[in-house]
Amino acid sequence: MIKIKDIKKSFGDTAVLKGISTTFEAGKNNLIIGKSGAGKTVLLKLLVGLFEPTSGDIWYGDRSFSDMDKNQRRTLRMEVGMLFQGNALFDSMTVEENIRFPLDMFTDRTAEEKLERVNYCLQRVSLENANHKYPSEISGGMQKRVGIARAIVLQPKYLFCDEPNSGLDPKTALVIDELIQDITYENNITTVINTHDMNSVMGIGDNIILVHQGQLAWRGNKSEVLASENELLQDFIFASPFLQQLRDAALKR
Amino acid sequence: MYWKETTRQMIDIGVGSLIIVILISVFMGAVTAVQFAYQLQDSFVPKYYIGYVTRDITIIELAPTITCLVLAGKVGSNIATELGGMRQKEHIDAMEIMGVNTAAYLIMPKLLAALFVVPLLVCAAALVGITGGYLSTVPAGWITDQEYIRGARTFFEPYYVFMMFVKAVVFAMILTTVPAFQGYNVKGGSIELGQASTQAVVYSDILILLADYLIAVILAI
Repeated sequence: MIKIKDIKKSFGDTAVLKGISTTFEAGKNNLIIGKSGAGKTVLLKLLVGLFEPTSGDIWYGDRSFSDMDKNQRRTLRMEVGMLFQGNALFDSMTVEENIRFPLDMFTDRTAEEKLERVNYCLQRVSLENANHKYPSEISGGMQKRVGIARAIVLQPKYLFCDEPNSGLDPKTALVIDELIQDITYENNITTVINTHDMNSVMGIGDNIILVHQGQLAWRGNKSEVLASENELLQDFIFASPFLQQLRDAALKR
Repeated sequence: MYWKETTRQMIDIGVGSLIIVILISVFMGAVTAVQFAYQLQDSFVPKYYIGYVTRDITIIELAPTITCLVLAGKVGSNIATELGGMRQKEHIDAMEIMGVNTAAYLIMPKLLAALFVVPLLVCAAALVGITGGYLSTVPAGWITDQEYIRGARTFFEPYYVFMMFVKAVVFAMILTTVPAFQGYNVKGGSIELGQASTQAVVYSDILILLADYLIAVILAI
């Protein structure tokens, strides 16, 4: 579980996050939604430790981020997996080397043990036999799955996904969502997903927060989205007239 | 892991730059020798001085400076673009999340590789430059074969070779660290990446020329 308490982040005079408090629960898909520029990515980067908060604190279980020393932060990093929007796969490395990279950095396992773990992760994301391919030789959906395999190779407690469906067709996006959901439930991971995708919200949103202008505007789950009267939420989720009609029809039933 | 990356960088910088270095060095030595031969026409200076002057100018100045200016363009822009691209494609963020000291992991192998390979390239440039001087003057009849070789072996000062290596090492540091800084800290999109690449080359060139002057002054004292 991750708790954030009154987190604020400013860049110079620009306040991006203006005091957000919430909880991301273990074994659930916690979605951060909001318009572009709302502060979602900054919040995610704070959660993974790429940015330091201006004020407030983040608790990973019973550990406060601001109280951690360098070694404790390194230990925390071993518990974190991240799937990037653009995958961030290293072009000069094969799929196998990309997935093995965190094992090389953090563990003293033998080459055989590493290969065994890499193969398990590849099999888990249905990419057996892709070991020796380079990222440029595989499709966007496959790259995303390699990104997931790399993110889970250290068996993380916390999985962060930045727009996992961006650039994917709806069918592949669904596969990626299901994969993230399955991995989250199987391993009781605290998964935090930053997304714009309406299908993800309605499909895997166990716990959803809406960020608007750096503040928490709504909190709920996928079954509460439809009936919510929150204007900001409705404006964001059912942005087009077509989706509004769908919502109205669903509510009438 | 660091060793593998360092080896890759050595091949990239060394083997990848060898042809352009050889090409430039041949003409660099050739032009120096022909120009000097032209100056010596109808003078009382012995002709074997053509070999002597070509050798010393090449070793002390042309081989390290011209080679490293060229490498600053080729290798420097490559480093800035590679690191800038990695920053923009979130590769650096990904590594930092995995606990990697990205500055050390990404920049140190490039620096170590350059410190090892650039002096070798400069050495090759000096040898090829002196050979270029021979090829441009002897077959054209400016000077005889024996005169050029005699000149190239006369008044040889090993200290000049030391100067050449000092320059090569200092320039290697400049042409890797300056572009690495520019690329590593790039922000924005493709326009900023292009600007970082250009700035990397321009700043490296300026610093190489400045360092060239300072080394010349310090080592000549």
